[in-house]
Amino acid sequence: MSWGSWSEFSAMGGYGFYVWGSYLVTFGLVAAEIALLALRRRSTLARLRVHGSAARDER
Amino acid sequence: MGGGGSAAHFGGMNGRQPSSNRGGVLRPRDRSGKLNWFKYSSPQTFFPLAGKLVPWFGALAIAACAAGLYIGFFRAPTDAQQGEAYRIIFIHVPAAWMSMFLYLVMAFWAGLGLAFNTRLSGMMASAIAPTGALFTFLALWTGSFWGKPTWGTWWGWDARLTSELILLFLYFGFMALQAAIDDPRRADKAGAVLALVGVVNIPIIYFSVKWWNTLHQGASVSLTKAPTMATTMLTGMVVMAFGFWFYSIAAVLMRARCIMLERERASDWVVEYAKGPA
Repeated sequence: MSWGSWSEFSAMGGYGFYVWGSYLVTFGLVAAEIALLALRRRSTLARLRVHGSAARDER
Repeated sequence: MGGGGSAAHFGGMNGRQPSSNRGGVLRPRDRSGKLNWFKYSSPQTFFPLAGKLVPWFGALAIAACAAGLYIGFFRAPTDAQQGEAYRIIFIHVPAAWMSMFLYLVMAFWAGLGLAFNTRLSGMMASAIAPTGALFTFLALWTGSFWGKPTWGTWWGWDARLTSELILLFLYFGFMALQAAIDDPRRADKAGAVLALVGVVNIPIIYFSVKWWNTLHQGASVSLTKAPTMATTMLTGMVVMAFGFWFYSIAAVLMRARCIMLERERASDWVVEYAKGPA
């Protein structure tokens, strides 16, 4: 498939809203999942550093 | 992965080869030279392995998705009936496949946890659920954005759509049930029962377009027949499916590592790990 121009590509033969509405949400949510996982890891490690010794005592 | 451990290995760990577990460190191979899968059923040994695998699967996911999108947008022809709207297929079908496949893997780990009471199994099942829910939501969302221009409606209570919506609720139910129980081991068991009962929904989704006369089109790709679509379209779809698959592995392993740190926070290896550079 060869597209004549960028505007032709983004228009998707008149279905631009549906095609890009699908792709943007998909890759947006995938990026959000990765960001949330990175955040979770960082906050978990931060909590472990603060409460690390306390967690050992509770054992 | 750890699922490869057969009953023979399991029995071996309890009786015949107790030396492989001496000192709390499981060696990958026992004396007879057989691979001991249970080495990786311990969070302590699985944690660094998962950490090493995440960037590789992440890179594979990016490469496969880039290739899949290139094929999907620049190589695959325009559909004779649906025009360019059909290009949603390159994320819709892989997302729908992943939603079902991840559920089966989640139920497999959950069942393994019920049967063998291994800690890692429950952690893996919990780690899969949110990613599975994400792909289920995406299958429904992209299906809706495909249905509007082609069927003229965002949603219909047809068998395929309804059973996929039930799958989303099964994922939500699994996560809510686990979140509601404080003791992680009991949460694992309760979640496992729910996950295993819910497996019945997977064949219903898969065969819904065959069993009922649905609005949703029949399968374009089946295990038994030649696909009813252009080769480049099929290639794009399959490459994207591999991309989503690699992504799922990376995301699930990332989440599993967080869960391991949280649940094993009282153990020495987590305390040591948290002290070191992040």
